[in-house]
Amino acid sequence: MLALHPAKKLSFNRPINNGDLVIVYERHDIMKAVTVSEGSVLQNRFGVFKHSEWIGKPFGSKVVSSKGGFVYLLAPTPELWTLVLNHRTQILYIADISFVIMYLEIVPGCVVLESGTGSGSLTTSLARAVAPSGHVYTFDFHEQRAASARADFERTGLSSLVTVQVRDIQGEGFPDTFTGMADSVFLDLPQPWLVIPSAAKVLRHDGTLCSFSPCIEQVQRTCETLRTCFTDIRTFEVLLRTYEVREEKMQSLCGDGNGSLPSKRRQCSDGSYVLSSSSPSISSVMARPCGEARGHTGYLTFARVKSLS
Amino acid sequence: MCESSSSRVTWEGCSVLLDINDGDRLVFARLSPAAKLKIGNKNCSLQPLIGCPFGTVFQVDGPFLSPAQVNGNNAEEVRDGQVSVESRDKVNNDNNPEEVRDGRANVDSRDNRALVDNNTAQSLTGEDIEAMRRQGAGGNEIIEALIANSATFEKKTSFSQEKYRLKKQKKYAPKVLMRRPVARSICEAYFKKYPSKIGFLRVDTLSLLLSMGNVSSNSDILVVDMVGGLLTGAVAERLGGTGFVCNSYIGQAPYSMDIVRIFNLSDEICKRIVRSPISDLLSQKESPEQTLQPDDACNVESQSNDQISASTSMEDISHSSENGISDLGAENTEPAKEVWKAPKAGERAQKEIIDLWKENGFSSLIIAAPELDTWTLVRDILPLLADSAPFAIYHQYLQPLATCMHNLQLEKMAIGLQITEPWLREYQVLPSRTHPCMQMSSFGGYILSGTKICSTE
Repeated sequence: MLALHPAKKLSFNRPINNGDLVIVYERHDIMKAVTVSEGSVLQNRFGVFKHSEWIGKPFGSKVVSSKGGFVYLLAPTPELWTLVLNHRTQILYIADISFVIMYLEIVPGCVVLESGTGSGSLTTSLARAVAPSGHVYTFDFHEQRAASARADFERTGLSSLVTVQVRDIQGEGFPDTFTGMADSVFLDLPQPWLVIPSAAKVLRHDGTLCSFSPCIEQVQRTCETLRTCFTDIRTFEVLLRTYEVREEKMQSLCGDGNGSLPSKRRQCSDGSYVLSSSSPSISSVMARPCGEARGHTGYLTFARVKSLS
Repeated sequence: MCESSSSRVTWEGCSVLLDINDGDRLVFARLSPAAKLKIGNKNCSLQPLIGCPFGTVFQVDGPFLSPAQVNGNNAEEVRDGQVSVESRDKVNNDNNPEEVRDGRANVDSRDNRALVDNNTAQSLTGEDIEAMRRQGAGGNEIIEALIANSATFEKKTSFSQEKYRLKKQKKYAPKVLMRRPVARSICEAYFKKYPSKIGFLRVDTLSLLLSMGNVSSNSDILVVDMVGGLLTGAVAERLGGTGFVCNSYIGQAPYSMDIVRIFNLSDEICKRIVRSPISDLLSQKESPEQTLQPDDACNVESQSNDQISASTSMEDISHSSENGISDLGAENTEPAKEVWKAPKAGERAQKEIIDLWKENGFSSLIIAAPELDTWTLVRDILPLLADSAPFAIYHQYLQPLATCMHNLQLEKMAIGLQITEPWLREYQVLPSRTHPCMQMSSFGGYILSGTKICSTE
């Protein structure tokens, strides 16, 4: 997924190989992740697609099925991965993810601790942000989910950047081996206030923390605990609204309103082909917000560890 | 931004963001022994800040050198972004401090039914306060004296008491928080004080651009940046010294990149910021040129002759140097360092690099160009992307993006097209006083994002 080595820097512009992960794009809300395997086929409502026909084509290609339907093959990115990954838990989406990375001030080389791993949506974006020399240590207390996340990171090629460990962070805190080593800590836990002292211990000077909580009562308890050893405590909510764009025809208001109707009627009775000229129309590109939107994801609470001066 | 070599401590010549009184005033300053900052009536030397860790809080009568007299002789050496807001119109009736004082654990049940605004509550006069100042009393002493001499302070609720104390602290004991300049803090400061310089690009919108543009190490990012260099600096910060950010422009005059200098980017990262006219990137391709630009016509002629082209390139380099020098004339700070530093970020892209980009395509494209027509620009430079590369276009108005999205669909140049608008709300979270902040930025701009696909022509 990521260009981890300079030699592979232009990973978008190479052909699809056997074993590659591709995002099969049917429509903007129907995509799936497929590992290319020679001899395998993909079946969907547009027909049957042979993987062997994909090998050698560039990413971004349009491929046609035996029935004449088509899909697009895209190179994976963390944004596309967020839209296609298996939901083993509730996940964070792009608005929260991008805001978290910006506010935690994560750049290449940073060391980030995360708990819990969940479905790995944020972890993937964190790995992209810290590459090539940083590292993400992510903890989950669910053995099965940790194993599934590990498999996903193998599949997306992020194993060298992400270490998944099984540990109850709420009960035990972060391992002592991380004391003073982390640039950032991210918490997506039911009781994040229990972890605040441990987070303060692992963070280096000027390190940043973020806690994601759906309920305001969780935020209140977290902020109360944060005040003991953190500063710059700020709580945000980020939401996205999307827009639909369509070309609409509008009937112009002819000055000769009375004339147009008889003209139209006359042409219809005559079977004329110039029917449209009786009501000239203007086309405009128009945009309107989508009728549905995600109304709430969670509160994001950021804080900076206090300097010991 | 070399995290390994820097322990987040300031050094001489570095850029810092000074937050005075919790956002009342935001100043970008470059630390040097001679630098000074005016706070209230005093000129304070910035030398004590050198060598301190970022995040340190200073008080004017504390670790600073003795404050200069009212008529300071030294001029301020402060970057643009300095603006003084003497008072804030607080619609918020509650106290909203960034760091809360744990004065009282219990919430008093007192109210204001007995309080009358008759202007006689404070028995200290202005002359008394001035006398205390001349005797060398610190700001905190003045505040305690004001509280002791207030007839109504004890009758206020604990919330009102905190609010009163904070107000006096801002006046008599200003505090200065020294912050590291990163994309987040720089964008926030500019959006708060000079939003038009950055095209009204809010920090959550900038973060979405970087994510939707898939900015990551070893990528080559094509950028059209008419927001003062903020986008270029943010992308370079994310690249971390790998890959390239190509800051491109229409015509022959590059757009301003002043904000990049605030980022404290390392030399390795600065080398990765290069500039190129869009015409150079498009030349020898079958994409239409911007023939309306007279300079482009001249450039087209020069492309046909390598020798003339080389001469033109040399002239461009010289012109760029002249620009650097003229920029220095506008500033009165450390000319030697500026001369050394200015050419590093934004050198002209080498021909070999441009050829490589033409062959392989850019990894992604990010546009923040409020003064250009979006569709004609995208139509010309989208083919420069590699296939399946993502792109993100920012605009503060919706219609240019709607037209562009519609045309991209008709031309079948991209898929996954989406126009999004972010909404950001901040909350005050205090015991028994939790609510959204009563003032917020209501608008953060629009982003059109998508993925380029193979041309099936």
